[in-house]
This record gives sequence, C-alpha cells and structure tokens, in this order.
Amino acid sequence: MYLYPKWIRLWHVLNAILFIILIITGLSMQYTGEKDYVLVVGFEDAVRWHNTSAIILTVNYIIFVAGNLITRNGRYYNLKRENFFADLFKQLRYYSWGMFHGEKHPFPITMERKFNPLQKVSYVLAMYVALPLVIISGIGLLLPEIVIKGFMGISGMLLTDLLHITMGFFLSVFMLIHIYTCTLGKRPGSLFRGIITGYHATEDHYDLED
Amino acid sequence: MKLFILRISVLLFIISLISAKAAGGFKLQTVTDSQDTAVFVSPYEEENQQCFKCHGQSKYSYMNESLGREVKAMMFVERIIKKKDFYRSNHKSFSCTDCHSSEYANFPHPGELRMEAKLNCIDCHGGDETYHFDAITEEYQQSIHFKLENEGFSCYGCHNPHTYRISTRTSHNLKETIAYDNAICLGCHSDFNRFELLTDREEINIISKHEWLPNQSLHMANVRCIECHTKINENLPVAHLIKPKTEAVKRCNECHSQNSMLMASLYKFESKEQRKDGFFNGIILNQSYVIGANRNEYLNLLSLIIFGGIIIVVLVHIYFRINK
Repeated sequence: MYLYPKWIRLWHVLNAILFIILIITGLSMQYTGEKDYVLVVGFEDAVRWHNTSAIILTVNYIIFVAGNLITRNGRYYNLKRENFFADLFKQLRYYSWGMFHGEKHPFPITMERKFNPLQKVSYVLAMYVALPLVIISGIGLLLPEIVIKGFMGISGMLLTDLLHITMGFFLSVFMLIHIYTCTLGKRPGSLFRGIITGYHATEDHYDLED
Repeated sequence: MKLFILRISVLLFIISLISAKAAGGFKLQTVTDSQDTAVFVSPYEEENQQCFKCHGQSKYSYMNESLGREVKAMMFVERIIKKKDFYRSNHKSFSCTDCHSSEYANFPHPGELRMEAKLNCIDCHGGDETYHFDAITEEYQQSIHFKLENEGFSCYGCHNPHTYRISTRTSHNLKETIAYDNAICLGCHSDFNRFELLTDREEINIISKHEWLPNQSLHMANVRCIECHTKINENLPVAHLIKPKTEAVKRCNECHSQNSMLMASLYKFESKEQRKDGFFNGIILNQSYVIGANRNEYLNLLSLIIFGGIIIVVLVHIYFRINK
C-alpha cells in the first residue's frame, strides 16, 4: 500500500533531522554549565545552529500545513467526536495488553485511516498545538523586541521562554515515543522502511498470530 | 474540516496578536526617571548663583568697561554646568568655592587661576570606607584608561564632579542605572569629537565592533559595558579595572550559565537572593531573563521525572515483547 507520498517523506526526514539538531542545541543553551564546561556544542554555536534550524523548520512547517490543505493528506488529522475516548482506550488496551495476548490490531491501517486513534490525537497535539506554539515563542525569542515586556509583573521574556522550553520538552518526549512506537511493526524495522520507501505492508503490525 | 478551520483560526488569531504587538498595538512600559525628584535647596544657593549666572547656560553677558557697553558672549561648552544637574548631583550641597578658588568671585577672572592645580577625587575621598576610593584608584591605575593619564584623562573623564550622581542599584531602578552607566562610556566611545581628544584613532564604531553579539540592542539595554570590560572585584561595588579589549568577556556561557558572572557584577547588590520561586539566579528575573542562567529547578526535576518515567514504560514494554 503506497501510504507515504514523496513530499510527505521529504518533509518528514527534514523535520526529523531538524528536530534532532534543535533538541541538542536547545539543551546546550539551557544547560550550559561551569565557566569552561559546556554541554555538547557550547552556547555560541548552539545559538547559531538553533536559529538556523528553527527558521528552516518554520518554512518546513508551512509546507506541511499547506500540503495538508492542498492534498488529501489533511483528512488523516481530522479528529472525530464519536467514540473518541472509547477508541483511544481500545488502542491503549491493545498496546498494553492485547498485543501480548494474540489480539488483532483494533484499527488496522488503510488508505482512509493512516493513523490509529492514539496516533491521531498525539500527532494533532504535536503538529497543530505544540509546534505552532514552539515556533511562535521561538520567533519571540529570536526577535525579543516584539515580545510583550511583562504580564502581571512577570517578565514577558520569561513567559515566552517557559512556553518555548515546555513545548520543546513535550515535542522531545513526543519524538521519543514516536520512535519507539515505530518499532511496533511486524519486525522492529518494518515501519521505518515504510516511511523511507513510501510503501506500507498491510501485515506490518505487531501480531502474535503472524 | 470544521475542526481544522478552528485550528487555523486560533493560529491566525495568535499571529495577529503578535503582529499587533510588533506594530505598536500594545503600549510598552517605559522606564521613567524616578530618582531624586525632590527639590534640593542648597545652603549656598545665593553664593553659587553668582557662578551659575554665567556658567549655567551657553551665553552670558557682562559690562565691558573699555567699550562702555554690555557685551554678550558664548560660554565654552566645557565650562557650562547646568544648575539643575548640579543640584541633583552627589556634590549638590557644596559651594563652588569649596573646590575652586574664592578669587573666581572677581570678574574678569584672574588669568593665573587657570594655572592652579585642580583637586583630584582622592584629595577629599582618600581613606573613605563607603566607596573604597583607594581601592578604586588602585584598580584605575591598572586599567587600560590609565595610560591616557598623560593625555589628560582622569577620574573626571567619566565622573564629572559637577553632575555625577551615584546610582545605587536596586531591583526597581536597574534599567535606569544601566542606561546611566553606559552613557558614561558612550560619552567618549560613541562621540568621536570627545574620543579624538585622547587618541589618534581615526574612527570608532562600537555597533560594528559588537556585531558578533546576538541581539546586540537587547544586550546593551540590559547589561552595562563594564560587565564584560572590567575585571570583577568582589570587594568593590563597581569594578574599575577596565581590561584591554582583547581580554573582554566573549564567551556567552560566562553569563548564560547557572553560575552566571552577572551575579558578581550587575546583580551583586542582591546576589544573596540566589533562588526565587525555584529559579536559579532569580533576582535577574526582576529585570530581565537570561537563557541558561534562569533555569527552574522544579521544572528541571519534573522534566527528568517525566522523561525517566517514559524510559521505564518503554523498557517494560520491550521486556514483555521479548518475553511474550
């Protein structure tokens, strides 16, 4: 099943590389240490790499949103109210119990359903909540003169940065879980192969009957 | 689709808020000069007025006996002392003749008065225990400025005794202090007319010299020049050992780290307040925010717990996958 068109794959690989650079350089800035000790890349290089990668990420994000509006890929992100929590629970139960007891995947991948309910919610939160917030707060930190000076006696820069690092942290956690859940294919490498070649093998699900 | 439109609308709303902010839609707080607004009445008001009559403005007039008429003349810029500035300065309670010869009361001033040696700061302030002028003098003598002493540089180059007022740093007036102190440096280092009096260099451009500094204007508004250009001295309220430019602080992490050197310089006045609501170097937060120096220990801990928890869940999951 040809599930991942070329533009999605290109966007995805660029997004992944930028995420890794941004996480490493972000941590370097946040946790710069004693006078002569700096984490990983050092503050000055970290600032330069972080700013450059962030600008490319922003452009890449605009391409992603535009692509979802223009192509039919956007439909995968539409959340439905009916059975919302029940479906989430079903998927969670499968991951934590069902998959070890020979149950079939409750939401097998089809051309109309690329994501399971849990994936869909986490992708919507990451791509349409956390990422826009991290980009907007990042623009604020890049151009501090546009940030509101203070809000209820608290520095505007502090609030902007707290929002930025909190969202950055959640996106890092998202990435960690995302990479792990991608090992849940038929074999640990199957789903990774899919996002590189574009083809998703329908049986590529962790299933004890296979 | 409805949900998607809603999401885009929220995004557009946030972007428009930022644009409105950028376009000046919101009012910025402005730093107002709140210091010393009370009117000071000098015991020497009347006596000093004799001097201010001519030296308080850019032009003066006098009766020229030879010509038999009143003559108007321009006052040299260096000889002008604004009365308002003097009465706000640290020396406001002085009489002009405390430091200058009483013979200046005569006009025209006798020519030989110009040849008199002027008082230095240390002539009065030597041995004081409040401002540590002796230690300041020692630092000054090791500083890069001292080599200009023969060219006419002295304490007065930065601290005009007629107008200088010490600005004690507090969390309420820090921005004013920074602006006031930086203006002292910029008085020469951004004004070529004054700068060329002391050097043969053909140009100065501190903006281009500091181009390597990210967010240059933000840095210049939130820290003093001396933060990077002096050697920190724990025993002095303000360090006076200006280092050669090759030794200026250039490594970002000297300020942008948990043990930020700003705590020993700009924020020395309240450096005991190391943490505030869980933030390292919390006192900085009253005025600004320094990436790397203002981490929050609770958020650090929380992030480690969440991250560790996820790693444990993943490891448990892997275990069950292997031992299914």
